[in-house]
Amino acid sequence: MLSRVADSLYWMSRYFERANHCARVLEANHNLMLNPSKLSTEERWHRITESLGIAPAAGGIDPHNAMVKLTSDAGYESSIAFCIAESRENAGQVREQISSEMWEGLNSLYHKVTKASANLETDTDPMRLVAAVREGSYQLHGITDATMNHGEGWQFIQLGKYMERSCALPVLLDAYFSRVREADTLDWVGLLASCAAFESYCKVYTAELKPDSMAEFLLLNPEFPYSVRYAVERMGAVIAAISQTSFTKAGGRIERIAGRLRASLAYAQIAEIMIGGVHRYLDDVIKQCNSLHAAVHMVYIDYPIQSALEA
Amino acid sequence: MLASQPGFGHGILLLSSVADTFPVEWLLIHSTRESMYAPAQFANPQMPAPFGDYAMGPAYDEMFRANGRPRTHYRNLYTQLLNLPSEELYRFKKEADLSFFNQGITFTVYGRAEGTEQIFPHDLLPRIVTSSEWATIERGLTQRITALNLFLKDVYHDRRIVKDRVIPGEIIYTCKHFRRQMQGVRVPRDVYVSVAGTDLIRMPDGRFVVLEDNLRVPSGVSYMLTSRKVMKQIFPALFRKCGVRPIEQYSQELLSTLRSLAPEGRSTIVLLTPGTYNSAYFEHAFLARQMGIELVEGRDLVVHDNTVYMRTTSGLQRVDVIYRRVDDDFVDPLAFRADSTLGVAGLFNAYRAGNVVLANALGSGVADDKAIYSYVPKIIRYYLDEDPIVDNVETFLMTDRAQRDEVCGNLDKYVVKAVGESGGYGMLIGPHSSREQQAEFREKILADPRNYIAQPTITLSAAPCFMNGRIEPRHVDLRPYVLFGEKVTIVPGGLTRVALRKGSLVVNSSQGGGSKDTWVLEN
Repeated sequence: MLSRVADSLYWMSRYFERANHCARVLEANHNLMLNPSKLSTEERWHRITESLGIAPAAGGIDPHNAMVKLTSDAGYESSIAFCIAESRENAGQVREQISSEMWEGLNSLYHKVTKASANLETDTDPMRLVAAVREGSYQLHGITDATMNHGEGWQFIQLGKYMERSCALPVLLDAYFSRVREADTLDWVGLLASCAAFESYCKVYTAELKPDSMAEFLLLNPEFPYSVRYAVERMGAVIAAISQTSFTKAGGRIERIAGRLRASLAYAQIAEIMIGGVHRYLDDVIKQCNSLHAAVHMVYIDYPIQSALEA
Repeated sequence: MLASQPGFGHGILLLSSVADTFPVEWLLIHSTRESMYAPAQFANPQMPAPFGDYAMGPAYDEMFRANGRPRTHYRNLYTQLLNLPSEELYRFKKEADLSFFNQGITFTVYGRAEGTEQIFPHDLLPRIVTSSEWATIERGLTQRITALNLFLKDVYHDRRIVKDRVIPGEIIYTCKHFRRQMQGVRVPRDVYVSVAGTDLIRMPDGRFVVLEDNLRVPSGVSYMLTSRKVMKQIFPALFRKCGVRPIEQYSQELLSTLRSLAPEGRSTIVLLTPGTYNSAYFEHAFLARQMGIELVEGRDLVVHDNTVYMRTTSGLQRVDVIYRRVDDDFVDPLAFRADSTLGVAGLFNAYRAGNVVLANALGSGVADDKAIYSYVPKIIRYYLDEDPIVDNVETFLMTDRAQRDEVCGNLDKYVVKAVGESGGYGMLIGPHSSREQQAEFREKILADPRNYIAQPTITLSAAPCFMNGRIEPRHVDLRPYVLFGEKVTIVPGGLTRVALRKGSLVVNSSQGGGSKDTWVLEN
């Protein structure tokens, strides 16, 4: 497979996942912000931006404007509109590599978002856009699995999805767990909702919202799709599959990085993590994901020509 | 902060509009006489129902004789049309359009963020060519491409044709598409043009003549192939009755043509496209898929040590043959236009070193220059010692004083074209032009005679088309696709382009032009 094609598939998928993550977080917080809280609106918005990994805005925050900016400002690179547009742009570059159903699904979602972005009048409009993206995302995941050949291209799509998730979830968790004491029950509900995790969590731990249990669930649960461990496990499997099809010797290097990351989640104990500091642990996960991303890019996409000639 | 995508060659190519746009040429359909005289002067009141409005003009009619009776090879279609209510035809038309849309046979109308796609207009009624007419075309085009390839070899090597004073050297060296870098470069099998799309028109007397040779990056063949597929769904019975010769083998023929250019034992072939913003991108993707070869952009290729590689996830893979759909000027910023982002730096040196094959060869545009065109009959006689089987349209060179005086004095009778241009730029259609336009062109011609040629206005043949519930004649041309590898292959058929708008002058897809399926009969 051409490196450019793999790169476009990877980024199509990453940006799409990023848009969905943002949509989930905004939707969960929007509902919560309607309740009174001991935190000020500004503090709550600060946590939202923090949990999305966005540098906090200077000066005061107007909630409506902030919501509009994060959903529909196509010029703002953390917004849903921007991410969906980037995802579609990448898909358009490799249209003949993905199934036509995938293209149609992504394209129509893009048009929905563009249209909705242009007509934001009432308070409820941004939320409608957010809901459309959330629903559209589950649909597109289904379409992708059902209509596309599960070959190398599909693997790169999976890689993008789980890489983005592995990077975004620790950032989100960090925003909550670094200030455990400030949070009230409803904030924790917000965190679970941001990961589409409320129902699944309750099935495992009942509705008792204990920070340690939630940390364990969202970090280390091997079965829940929006846990860090699940994403990392999937990523490891995908990387092994890609390395098998591509016969590149350097593929082994990536597998080692991925394996170490997998092990650090698979054999971790939540109690130890909490004692050693969640922030440090999450930071380490993010660092490992970043080096994995860099290694993938270096081995499959943008490798130095000299080394490729020697191989 | 989350990672964001580095610029892996995004934000590309506004330049792409100059390379391989579809359709490459805006073909002129000269319906001047028709508009000067009253239309319908030969209208035949005896024509049966669906043809009630069929107005025969002075043009050669593909379907009917002058007496209003259908030609023998059109009888099956004629009978079918008599028995088909127009609602049926409507339904067929809708089915066909939907099928084109679903197959993604669309061209993009460039606008703002919303890329609206339109289907390429398609006419339902096939254009039928008899086997004996086709045999002539086939022989004529084979002869022509053979001679033109010999000519190109000569141009870039010994220039015997200039030394023998058959063609003045300056006409060759002043060609916009002459590439001095190609001097002395050997190309495999001495094949410069392996893919050509020759535009034929039919004269009022029924003869086919060549209007233009497209020897650089002719496009449209995907429309020929997909339109046949749709027609088979719609008129299965008619196909069975008529005995239409197949064209579906085109992709395989193209692949083996490209393969014949590859060095022994190595055959990684790729299709080089300017990218997704190019209007012919659909065709590039289509052909690459049909042939099972990789569709690459310039940024996918690297040249090292005069060898071309493509970047894959499995490392660098050597490339042997490039079917390039990027114009000469843009293939290598080191050798040609330095501002090109579509090409590959170093490609030309690899090509010169014989490590990669480009099809068509660089510099092949000399042979489809509109001034050189007027010499093609001489070229055929010179290299093959044969008379041309298919003629040219009479062409006046503005460099010749007598011819220039004749044309400049009667600009209202001629079509004037800029020689190196395509896309309908720099063109004057005499009978449809104003005094001011004529004066402007006279000045342009006098200022730069080499840049212009003139042709008499010709009435192209007309074929029946299904227009809004009625069957009416529209002007057509024919572009067969000629492949030159181990041998010359022309799949029987081609792209028949139609000026769908009544009295319209151009068949460009954005100007109300469309296409029809072309049926070449078995016997």
